[in-house]
Amino acid sequence: MWTYEKKLQYPLKIKKCDPRMAQVIITQLGGPDGELNAAIRYLSQRYAAPYDEVKAVMTDIGTEELAHVEMISAMVYQLTKDLSVKQIKESGFDKYFVDHTTGIYPVDATGNPFTAAYLQSLGDTISDLTEDMAAEQKARTTYDNILRLADDPDVKDAIRFLRAREIVHFQRFGEALRITQDNLNAKNFYACNPAFDKNCGNRKGRG
Amino acid sequence: MYNNNMCEAAKLLNMIRKYDFVMVELNLYLDTHPRCQNAIAYFKKYKELRARAYDEYTTKYGPITFTDSNPVDCMPWVEGPWPWERGAD
Repeated sequence: MWTYEKKLQYPLKIKKCDPRMAQVIITQLGGPDGELNAAIRYLSQRYAAPYDEVKAVMTDIGTEELAHVEMISAMVYQLTKDLSVKQIKESGFDKYFVDHTTGIYPVDATGNPFTAAYLQSLGDTISDLTEDMAAEQKARTTYDNILRLADDPDVKDAIRFLRAREIVHFQRFGEALRITQDNLNAKNFYACNPAFDKNCGNRKGRG
Repeated sequence: MYNNNMCEAAKLLNMIRKYDFVMVELNLYLDTHPRCQNAIAYFKKYKELRARAYDEYTTKYGPITFTDSNPVDCMPWVEGPWPWERGAD
């Protein structure tokens, strides 16, 4: 289960309204390499994870991603607070506004709604972990792109924090993959799937 | 709440955030290195620091999780600002 903590993982104090930036940042909520996508991916994949270390990594990173969903949502909320109709028209925020007013809805930067088609849960440990490593790098690149577009130091500071987390998560997923391979036949990691085949991948007496 | 108190509350919440961050990092590292004695020692140290700051904050300023609430006439959990609001610490 989960318990809510009444605080953000990293403090956020965005004073300046910027609906254009909000439309860029919202892709990390509902876009193809966003935080919601990451959270659902890891928290779904963990059931097929055959080793305790992999279960722990997927559970803990998936949980941290939920805190990042909250941070991105809070950023979009603060960037669009107290908007005037003039600002809405001039910034191009009108297309989001007409469907959602200033409510928070998971879409990418061009308005496509979030879809589970962005992610996979394949029930094969090597495939799932390799996808997770790619996902962390893609999110890191997206944050790099956001940093190229952002001017407000309050926005950049929080985005830099989130970007750094992608790098740490990539590292931990890499270690989870190494642990998985250590349990498999070194001559052919793909001989069987430890998440499905009986007596596969329990070199250390696990799985 | 007076301004001075708000400032103290914000400082203390930020300390908890920092301790929590260290613990999140250590926990992720320990997920893949569960027998690393160095990381375990750090984890224990920060667990203690975090617990002290957490107890002080939740006693003086209000709940962080709903189970920290000590309701008298009114449930303090409900009281804003909520974390995503500009006025939140």
